[in-house]
Amino acid sequence: MDLSAINPVLLIASLMVAATPLLLAAIGELVVEKAGVLNLGVEGMMITGAISGFAISVETGSPWLGFLAAAVGGAVLSLLFVVLTQLALANQVASGLSLTLFGLGLSSLMGQSYVGIKPPQMADVHIPVLSDLPVLGPILFSHDPMLYLGVGIIAAVWALLKFTRVGLILRAVGENHDAAHALGYKVVRIRVLAILFGGACAGLGGAYISLIRVPQWTEGMTAGVGWIALALVVFASWKPWRVLLGAYLFGGVTVVQLNLQAAGVAIPVEYLAMSPYLVTILVLVILSADKSSAPASLGRIFHASH
Amino acid sequence: MSQVLLSLSGLTKAYPGVVANDDISFRIGAGEVHALLGENGAGKSTLVKMIYGLVKPDSGAMELRGRPYAPGEPRAARADGIAMVFQHFSLFDALNVAENIALGMENPPPMRDLAARIREVSETYGLPLDPFRTVGDLSAGERQRVEIIRCLLQDPKLLIMDEPTSVLTPQEVDILFETLRKLRGEGTSILYISHKLEEIRALCDTATILRLGKVVGTCIPRETTARDMAEMMVGSALKTPERSGRALGEVALDISGLSVPSPSAFGTALKNVHLTVQQGEIVGIGGVAGNGQEELLGVLSGEILTEAGAVKLMDRPIGRLGPTARRALGLLTAPEERLGHAAAPDMSLTENALLTGAVREKLVHNGFLRWGATRAFAERIIADFDVRTPGPDTAARALSGGNLQKFVIGREVLQNPQVLVVNQPTWGVDAAAAAAIRQALLDLAAGGAAVVCISQDLDELMEIADRFAALNEGRLSTPRPTAGLTVEEIGLMMGGAHGMEVAHV
Repeated sequence: MDLSAINPVLLIASLMVAATPLLLAAIGELVVEKAGVLNLGVEGMMITGAISGFAISVETGSPWLGFLAAAVGGAVLSLLFVVLTQLALANQVASGLSLTLFGLGLSSLMGQSYVGIKPPQMADVHIPVLSDLPVLGPILFSHDPMLYLGVGIIAAVWALLKFTRVGLILRAVGENHDAAHALGYKVVRIRVLAILFGGACAGLGGAYISLIRVPQWTEGMTAGVGWIALALVVFASWKPWRVLLGAYLFGGVTVVQLNLQAAGVAIPVEYLAMSPYLVTILVLVILSADKSSAPASLGRIFHASH
Repeated sequence: MSQVLLSLSGLTKAYPGVVANDDISFRIGAGEVHALLGENGAGKSTLVKMIYGLVKPDSGAMELRGRPYAPGEPRAARADGIAMVFQHFSLFDALNVAENIALGMENPPPMRDLAARIREVSETYGLPLDPFRTVGDLSAGERQRVEIIRCLLQDPKLLIMDEPTSVLTPQEVDILFETLRKLRGEGTSILYISHKLEEIRALCDTATILRLGKVVGTCIPRETTARDMAEMMVGSALKTPERSGRALGEVALDISGLSVPSPSAFGTALKNVHLTVQQGEIVGIGGVAGNGQEELLGVLSGEILTEAGAVKLMDRPIGRLGPTARRALGLLTAPEERLGHAAAPDMSLTENALLTGAVREKLVHNGFLRWGATRAFAERIIADFDVRTPGPDTAARALSGGNLQKFVIGREVLQNPQVLVVNQPTWGVDAAAAAAIRQALLDLAAGGAAVVCISQDLDELMEIADRFAALNEGRLSTPRPTAGLTVEEIGLMMGGAHGMEVAHV
């Protein structure tokens, strides 16, 4: 066992990378749930985004186009959920679960010819002076652009929900869709847009795994991150910054336990492997003890009756 | 009436199977308080939804200040100076007052300016309100203030109020009327929907009466008696429930020193409640909704357990017993919410009859259901209580509110209870059915049962109850005989005006 092999700076830098897929998927789902829709298909949209992004960036050689394709892929899959739940008024739980199953199957079909290929790399940003700082440079200023985009989306969603009229209307629709309808807001339209945004974010999160974190294509490579994202939204009490905190915590424990495994700590691997899930849920349960406030219309079907 | 603000001509709206509005025409003058009267299902709500742009008429036209008016959506109606206070408040519990108000405005100013304007308007009209409180924490009266202020901030020409007083204490009603009279003085027209006739007589200049989607008459409420208006609404002479002299027996239900927290986050805890009900007696419990009524029903039905001695049935402590055990002993309850609490919406009437009748009517034998006996029980309820339905196999959801209410009450009454507790027994029920339900409760008491009637309808309680008590913030006032009780006294028992004050200007 050699703990000295663990470099704290690299550890922190890599926890942010490990956290980003979860963070992207969770912030998308947060917006969806704030609009009153429960989309359990996050895992399916992530894996679809992962293969869409992977395939396009291999074909075009551009990771940027790959991420764009991933966002589009996730959003297109979420359109299926839109049709089922917003137009056909189907049950959201069942529709979400089927979306996940469908996405897993679709992605393995799409990915058959991409197994074992290396995707083009996305260059890390390099900011003069800042990136060269000791300690802070590698931790904060030397990542790939997508990681910053993820944090940017968190900040943008937070500001949108808190300070803008659009955010207020979104929250109102999630809180009481009948009242929002009575005031003349387009409940279905707002929800469709929120679901598409959630799909795009999940797609980005999936592509972050296949293009940056791993980077290669394996069937089922999202490995349950979509489910963790769903739990994260709940335990984060639907608050964007808590999503960030929870994601980094999860990423952090994941990276630490991997390092501990590599260092040969005398704890069975299985316990180490389950630790990120346990720690994240435990901490967020304690945090959400204050006033956990689910949007009141969450998961309820809206029908504009007379 | 000097000038016509809004005139409706020939408005018709049909839904599959029912014509909600049939050729409706009337006019609302500028600065007039116009009452729209009618039973539930008379088409009042559909009509105002057309005026507010939520529903499009199939035919007919509206004119606003002499110009054609056909709002495509509520936004357009608001832009034309029409504002509406909804019957079931269109508020968002988790948002604060200012956010709720901003949602109802076209171009809300920044939050800080809006908060200042809310304070200003609320003080001018005597409706004090803190813009930053969360709406979920407000009382029903305060929530209504939010809706009214939301309307007033848009400087409306026509204010539509759909059953605004159903959640208010008498004192709060007086203050609301002061506010409305002041608005009328400023030239605002008000379309006032209600079935409370005395209120309409006190406030309104003219009234249009609807029945089954048609205009059946107009009148000047000040010059018409409440009884005449009621008969125009119902279309036939009303039968007043008869109260016969009853001999009171032993104490059947005894609640003493009962304090329980509410199971729901926005509920009200019951605090030190004392109440005894004798055999043959009806005790009426009034109070503004949300002051502990549901919790009281829960405590009596066995959904909320208490200390054993806090609730006694015929001297037997039952505080730890669940609903089924209490039913076996003869304590039956009929909760307020018909769909989902009193009845399972998607199950048939037969199945619903089984759900509460299983124990006392012996509809279960060794764990097997006796469908024949259950069906017969359901049919007996339908026949005895005049439930209009194709048969006992109909789903509860398919019945109209009044018919389902008759079924739910009848189901308990026919089980021959020792003590019956009902919450809002005639809520949303038309006058004829309401009279039948009240008569059934009176008959039950005459037969020696003790009845607790929780209701928001004070007229109902005065009509059937022997003693009256009010729930206010989870505390029950000392019960007093209803004979000789004045509205003033009842209002004070209900907690007075909850800090409202009369308009200042």
